[in-house]
Amino acid sequence: MTTIYRAKRILTMNPARPQATHVAVRDGRILGAGSLDELKGWGDYTLDERFAGRILMPGLVEGHSHTMEGTFWRYAYVGYFDRTDPDGRVWPGVGSIDAVVERLKEAGAKLADAEAPIAGWSLDPIYFGGRRCTRHDLDRVSTTRAIGVLHASAHILNVNSRALELAGLLRRGVDHPGVPLGEDGLPTGELKGPEAMMPAGPHVGFDRDILACDELGLRYFARLCVRKGVTTAADLASLLPPDAVDMMQRVTGEADFPVRVVSLRRMLNLAPKDLIARAKELAEASSDRLRLGIVKIVVDGSIQGFSARLSWPGYFNGAPNGLWYVTPEELRAALALALEHGVQIHTHTNGDEATELVLDCMEEALARHPARDHRFTIQHGQLATAAQFRRMKALGMCVNLFPNHHFYWGDQHYSTTVGPERAERMNACATALANGVPLAIHSDAPVTPLGPLFTAWCAVNRLTASGRTLGSEERIGVGDALRTITLGAAYTLKLDQEIGSIECGKRADFAVLEDDPAEIGPGRLKDVRVWGTVQGGRVFPAPPAP
Amino acid sequence: MTGPLPVTVVGGYLGAGKTTLVNHLLRNAQGLRIAILVNDFGALAIDADLIEARSEDLISIAGGCICCSFGSDLMGALMKLAQRDPAPDHVLIETSGVAMPDVVARSAALIPAYAIDSVVVLADAETVRARAADRYMGDTITRQLDAADLVVLNRTDLVAAAELEALRRWMAREAPRARLIEAVRAEVPAEAMFGYSHPAVGSGTLASGAIRPAEDAAARYESASFLPDRPMDVEALARALARPECGLVRAKGVLCDADGLLKTLHLAGARFEVRPFPHAGAAATGIACIGLRGRFNRAAIEDALARAAAAAR
Repeated sequence: MTTIYRAKRILTMNPARPQATHVAVRDGRILGAGSLDELKGWGDYTLDERFAGRILMPGLVEGHSHTMEGTFWRYAYVGYFDRTDPDGRVWPGVGSIDAVVERLKEAGAKLADAEAPIAGWSLDPIYFGGRRCTRHDLDRVSTTRAIGVLHASAHILNVNSRALELAGLLRRGVDHPGVPLGEDGLPTGELKGPEAMMPAGPHVGFDRDILACDELGLRYFARLCVRKGVTTAADLASLLPPDAVDMMQRVTGEADFPVRVVSLRRMLNLAPKDLIARAKELAEASSDRLRLGIVKIVVDGSIQGFSARLSWPGYFNGAPNGLWYVTPEELRAALALALEHGVQIHTHTNGDEATELVLDCMEEALARHPARDHRFTIQHGQLATAAQFRRMKALGMCVNLFPNHHFYWGDQHYSTTVGPERAERMNACATALANGVPLAIHSDAPVTPLGPLFTAWCAVNRLTASGRTLGSEERIGVGDALRTITLGAAYTLKLDQEIGSIECGKRADFAVLEDDPAEIGPGRLKDVRVWGTVQGGRVFPAPPAP
Repeated sequence: MTGPLPVTVVGGYLGAGKTTLVNHLLRNAQGLRIAILVNDFGALAIDADLIEARSEDLISIAGGCICCSFGSDLMGALMKLAQRDPAPDHVLIETSGVAMPDVVARSAALIPAYAIDSVVVLADAETVRARAADRYMGDTITRQLDAADLVVLNRTDLVAAAELEALRRWMAREAPRARLIEAVRAEVPAEAMFGYSHPAVGSGTLASGAIRPAEDAAARYESASFLPDRPMDVEALARALARPECGLVRAKGVLCDADGLLKTLHLAGARFEVRPFPHAGAAATGIACIGLRGRFNRAAIEDALARAAAAAR
């Protein structure tokens, strides 16, 4: 059975036939894009006119997100910026600690049990004029409930006195770099880093492993994908124990599950040899909508958390250099084994020193196990230098940059973390493209909101929240940006033969748009309205907000 | 409950001898039920003859010791471990090569069931200086050393005497706070690592000679017990004993404080802690000390005791 969809315009991303008006679909795949007359040749068809006034693009590909974005929506949203939930409701940003308290009180009012905890997420006190949130602030919400609010970075948790008490931390003599103390000698309620967060996390309703995604979270995540035009999303990454894989297989395999999830296995708990063996096992367990087998290695921390490893001269404000999360020996061993066994690796690096280490280790690994088309990918690579992009190209590596950072924290990068010059070259998309490095761009949701068109807007405009253009030389054009959020991201996941463009033989994955991203103007790219998606030939309209 | 469980963190870069040390301690546990937490079993090879049983994340070891892998969740593993019956006598956390061991120790102490015993960092005498000059890892290595209470300089038999002397001076600059223990094949006496030879200290009886170095270590270590019968300023005593001139690696005791109350004193290299004695009733007072032969300074210890007694009057 063939369906031919008529659209106002189809942006195919196929350079040989960049635009079309019709696309023919059979068995979830694309027969071809062109005019109706051309497509009639495939035989009997049904003409579907529902997209006649709309724009089709290849289904958008989010190259670096976390399915836990779906998990977080069961908690109260207290971010500074407006954000759309999986049902399409827009939650207004909260502009002050008082507003955070109000939002949490509203969440508490819906709970019958007077002792049930309240959890919130996406707090960003960097916008509250330097004032930190304390337990006394959250005590205004409740002194009987445990309250916890996770920061936007997901690396800091603010709790109230009751939560500290339940965690055994409301005492004098606590001595930890992640637990600041007030003048009274008691913790202020700010818990920095996973170890400091852990004793309080379960009491405020954050599960032990908040990075893991459960079934409900995965369903919410999928609904968000539909709203943002995403038909394939990479989940970077989790430990993928067998029960989690079973759950993900079951849920993604349901007839109406709308997104292809590419879930990476983190290198934790396993020596390189066992890790690569596990990755091969996982690859075997892949299905159409759950792709497994890629490995992620975290090399350093984050720039705004001052835990990224920077090359000389380090942080602009003089903070000590960050932390390594892996030794060069382990990194080298894993890269070499992966090349030998045909397993793909994505490495998280934020600082330029961490990127340099990956390039050094990759060069050695390739000397031992020469490999073509490995597509090992630098994830984030935010501070990568021009010389490093040239080495990536020479080594056959891809890069997935993080332009959303310019909007959310660009002003802080300029003033505090890395200073003006390096802030302007952060996430150097133009340099990557100029050097021929295969490029993707990402949201790292839930760190910033899922939405490839917004990410494209960030790469095209490089505007900060205060309106500064941060590095105009590194802006890229709309055409490049749109290719990057489709074919570019697909290439880094080795899926470009299946998805990323609308052409004969590929999966029938489309983003259905109300506005034309090629026409709306670079400054309004983020305002393009998404009607929904088509995934594997199945149509998923985004339901209207309640 | 006899007070928080003591935690020793063993850090140091890859190849410094952490696994050798762990195996050595398991062989010389002397009746202590040690619980060892490691990042992953892949990196730790427990000698096969020590293993009684193993499951995916737990290895049972002769003499009631256990080894658990914590993966990404050290805090969860510690909380679970605190619930075990019988509880271990001592917890030892082996960190990854890039972790900051002092931060790991302070994280464990966030859980009320645990208290820091000591932060021990191993260094390979042959390679540590080259590693500390490494373009990528150098500052990580020196930060680890600087955070140590005790540095175990391992494989000293593999370097020439002049090099060893230069290494000691270098170590004094890089880790000025830490006390240095030199070792071959990571053979550090359990007493120096854990501060006692049997759980008697925990149960409140401390007799002369409670710290007894094993025979094979006697040549390298010296120990003595002191049984002061007067009240003393215990905090001042601890501070004095932590000074390098006393040459102590460990000290543990129960003493009568200036206020007439019993206090426990616990010292591991540069780290010390004074706490109220956790048991009711009277107890014999005394303090046992262990240090490296040649640096153990009995006169300095006696002087510290006399001054602390004078301060209490």
